[in-house]
Amino acid sequence: MLYALAGTLEQGLLFALMVLGVYLTFRVLDYADLTVDGSFTTGGAIAASIIFAGGSPWLATAAAVVGGLFAGMFTGLLHTVFKITPLLSGILTMTALYSVNLRILGRANVPLLRADTVITKFNSWLPLDSIYGATLLGLLIVVLVVAGLYLFLKTEVGLALQATGDNEQMIRAQGVNTNHMKLLGLAISNGLVAFSGALVAQNQQFADAGMGIGMIVAGLASVIIGEAIFGRRTILQQIIAVVCGSVIYRAVLALVLRLGLAPTDFKLLTALIVVAALASPQVRNWLGKGRTAERSGLDA
Amino acid sequence: MLELTDICKAFDKNTINEKVALDHVSLSLESGDFVTLVGSNGAGKSTLLNAVAGMFLLDYGRIMLDGSDITHLSEHQRAAYIGRVFQDPLTGTAPQMTVEENLVMAWKRGQRRRLRKAICLQERSFFREQLATLGLGLEERLTTKVGLLSGGQRQALTLLMATLRKPQLLLLDEHIASLDPHTADLVMDLTCRIVKEQQLTAVMVTHNLEQALAAGTRTVMMHEGRVVLDIRGAERKCMNVLDLMQLFEENSGTTLNSDRVLLAQ
Ligand SMILES: Nc1ncnc2c1ncn2[C@@H]1O[C@H](COP(=O)(O)OP(=O)(O)O)[C@@H](O)[C@H]1O
Ligand SMILES: [Mg+2]
Repeated sequence: MLYALAGTLEQGLLFALMVLGVYLTFRVLDYADLTVDGSFTTGGAIAASIIFAGGSPWLATAAAVVGGLFAGMFTGLLHTVFKITPLLSGILTMTALYSVNLRILGRANVPLLRADTVITKFNSWLPLDSIYGATLLGLLIVVLVVAGLYLFLKTEVGLALQATGDNEQMIRAQGVNTNHMKLLGLAISNGLVAFSGALVAQNQQFADAGMGIGMIVAGLASVIIGEAIFGRRTILQQIIAVVCGSVIYRAVLALVLRLGLAPTDFKLLTALIVVAALASPQVRNWLGKGRTAERSGLDA
Repeated sequence: MLELTDICKAFDKNTINEKVALDHVSLSLESGDFVTLVGSNGAGKSTLLNAVAGMFLLDYGRIMLDGSDITHLSEHQRAAYIGRVFQDPLTGTAPQMTVEENLVMAWKRGQRRRLRKAICLQERSFFREQLATLGLGLEERLTTKVGLLSGGQRQALTLLMATLRKPQLLLLDEHIASLDPHTADLVMDLTCRIVKEQQLTAVMVTHNLEQALAAGTRTVMMHEGRVVLDIRGAERKCMNVLDLMQLFEENSGTTLNSDRVLLAQ
């Protein structure tokens, strides 16, 4: 049981970076970016093939993040230069990335058994039981990313990025090139998603072309769960809620698995969670109540 | 100061819906001019302001501001020189962000935005001071989300944001039209005070002829995409609403078609 809980926490933290990326585009930038399914795999593929070829796992992870940045920027360019809708721009990149990812992998599946990964490296520094290495590393990275993302969103540039999602006309009238902000937001978001993909691949010790399928919906489910439970009053509260949402989402999946469903049913289940969340008036009330509570709280 | 030369703009060009919104408009503003811009519905007043602000590129003509040609600059580039308040109080502020965050974004208008903490103590006390001048108690609500403020409060905030860093030109598009009468008076007084104190050059669209004559230093009237009347100085001083309407009829060949214009008192 404890082991299952620890496993859930580990998964939740490693995927939390992806969820933060989804939060950044969907919520902050108000941009329904579907690049995620592709860029997650790109991250895993880049990291795995560099490690497989004998490269440093740290370098491999960094390269994965850079790959994600470019994937996001590509989607952004499709939207800002060619005026393709946000939805379609993401779908196009995601589709193109499927081929790119196969090229990077060079085959359907790259195994990392017995290879040095950031997790085995981290474990070797730990005096503890190596079972918790991935969880601790995930926690460390998530804390750093949460802090970094929060501080970034409070900078002059960060505020301009938030405003681009909140009221584009307003921030353009204040002299901000909103196209640049969208490019920046999409790049950071997909950088985080690829980071997550790189860590997940190293943790599961393989990368394959299908590892990103359904990631966007999983990310959305986590964002929705987190916000429903922990609220969304301030940016910091939102960011932390989203990370907790990621862990809870993995816990729900683990629980359902224990109840006898097959892992292959996960995607269906995830889609159902999102549909339920979006359709259920109760959840909507819940989300709405968060907002009214905030109103009365602030007006008092 | 602001020099519009022969500017033209048509919407839905080359379709059956083609609509000429600006028809060879030329207008020249001196530094310190406070123009009130009036005209019937669809005369092209908003289009004129939007053309100056760079929301679209012109079909023809040139726009000079303070000696530099801004005809081909994009909207966000022109924002460095131009402050704007919109008709809809929701347009000018970011609702999910706080009062102070909105203000700091406006304070950075035309400045380089850096990867630096946006709001420190110094900014905060400056904003508090500035908000106090509005007399709406907003100085106590720096960390309130703007979406929770009333339309009047948001419009006053937008006005402050547009003038926080002195703009070379202030554009106001019926910015009090959607406010209740009391709040409208309040925001109008604020507008006149700020324009006077900062000695701004401004264009204010209004549908209230009385107000058009009472406020500002010069009145321009548009009709069907053209400027049909431009009065200032002594001529304007001794004019009342009826004179203005009569002049409009003589110059445009029609009566003012906007019922709002007449009835707005
Ligand atoms: N974005 C647009 N697309 C098509 N037609 C427009 C657009 N904006 C304005 N128009 C048309 O241009 C004319 C002038 O509009 P506008 O400048 O808004 O008038 P007003 O003087 O009332 O502010 C109107 O006939 C309007 O229908
Ligand atoms: Mg108008």
